[in-house]
Amino acid sequence: MLKTPLFLVSLMLVSGLISEPALAEVAASRQSELMHLLKQDCGSCHGMTLKGGLGPALLPAQLEGKPTEYLVVTILEGHANTAMPGWKTMLSADDALWIARQLKQGISQ
Amino acid sequence: MIRTTLFSLLLVLLIPVHAADLRGTGDLALVIERASGSIQIIETTGNSSLGRIEGLGDLSHASAVYSRDERYAYIFGRDGGLTKVDMLTRKIVKRIMQAGNSIGGAISQDGSLVAVSNYEPGGVKIFDAATLALVADIPASYGDTKQTSKVIGLVDAPGQKFVFSLWDADEIWVADMSRPDKPSIQKFKDIGRNPYDALISPDGRYYIAGLFGEDGMALLDLWNLDAGVKRILDHYGKGEQKLPVYKMPHLEGWAMAGQYAFVPAVGRHEVLVIDTRNWSEAGRIKVHGQPIFVMARPDGRHVWVNFAIPNNDTLQVIDTQSLKIIKKLQPGKGVLHMEFEPRGEELWASIRDDDQLVVYDTESFEERVRLPANKPSGIFATVRAHKTGL
Repeated sequence: MLKTPLFLVSLMLVSGLISEPALAEVAASRQSELMHLLKQDCGSCHGMTLKGGLGPALLPAQLEGKPTEYLVVTILEGHANTAMPGWKTMLSADDALWIARQLKQGISQ
Repeated sequence: MIRTTLFSLLLVLLIPVHAADLRGTGDLALVIERASGSIQIIETTGNSSLGRIEGLGDLSHASAVYSRDERYAYIFGRDGGLTKVDMLTRKIVKRIMQAGNSIGGAISQDGSLVAVSNYEPGGVKIFDAATLALVADIPASYGDTKQTSKVIGLVDAPGQKFVFSLWDADEIWVADMSRPDKPSIQKFKDIGRNPYDALISPDGRYYIAGLFGEDGMALLDLWNLDAGVKRILDHYGKGEQKLPVYKMPHLEGWAMAGQYAFVPAVGRHEVLVIDTRNWSEAGRIKVHGQPIFVMARPDGRHVWVNFAIPNNDTLQVIDTQSLKIIKKLQPGKGVLHMEFEPRGEELWASIRDDDQLVVYDTESFEERVRLPANKPSGIFATVRAHKTGL
């Protein structure tokens, strides 16, 4: 079900469209904004506890095998032909990386 | 004589309720506090909070319907919880976990059945409104593999029917529950890609599903089921690039004034106006952002609109005669939902990120009061009890 092919992600990595995870740290105040957005606004489709809704569950178990970079691209660009929008108008690459990492490790409820 | 007097005295002593303690429920409403799994009960005569009920589970995207006596609310939680609460005692009467992941519900015309639409497992479950005992289970299975679809847009309809749409299967189903033990289901296929929500006209005749996967909407005339589903507004937006949709619009109730119906455009900063005499597009109104709720004041003169992130700090009011925006309000961050008081003189809005409810006078647009609430989302007034589809 990976709709953005992984090779494309690799291509983007190589071409520098997204950089290797090791970007600038996200400030603490921004982190709390992002966590709010994740729970409340991503939550409108994925559920506030990320157990899924119209969109799929985003718990660590579901995301196993999906690289962090893939999640970053999905967050920024969305998935064509699905209801997942790209969030790049509201989120920087650093923001998306921070969110992707939270998703991989699981957020506290 | 003495005996009668004594009996009356005894009665008075036995019944601890005094006239002063009695109240109706017609001016009550409940507010979903989604982060804390609680609801707040408010009254709209003096605009105050009466109390809070806790322990309702995951209430993201929760909604509610009311018993016909307007005393009990049935609350549909995201986690599959169905909770019946008493609006007067402010207590949970009964709570069940009926599915893994659900999205909303409806109450039957006669008030005896409560239906819940589920994402996981996809389908509709129908319960006895008094006891919450399971009456019928309707899995939304489709196609050759009999996979199940997420179900959305569930409403009640006259004739003891429930109507709902299948997000994954592109179908509309009409379930006749005249015989609760033996639901009769009529299916309409290929209604359009990914119906995301639906509404029914106040008379219960027209069911309209919004489509996410393509332009237009699917219309079913419940008085003429044999005519099948008709596509309306299907030329809308052809060839235009949609904006990313950060939140699915809601089709709730029927923003209608005269012959016009008002609906949110998906992925566009526009409200669409439909001429219900021939279901053609009668206009497009440019608005502040992607509309989420498009709700008509009960008298139909104005339509209030809220918006998806990042424009969710704003409300706009459309005049239904001129089709022009006559007011813009910025009540705070995260304006999630609005509810009119029964005759429409005031409107309540939930301001999620500011943890507030705000009440507006709908003639002067002056702010009347603000009340604290914990991440409020949906607001549901008891007047919905007597409205088809709500």
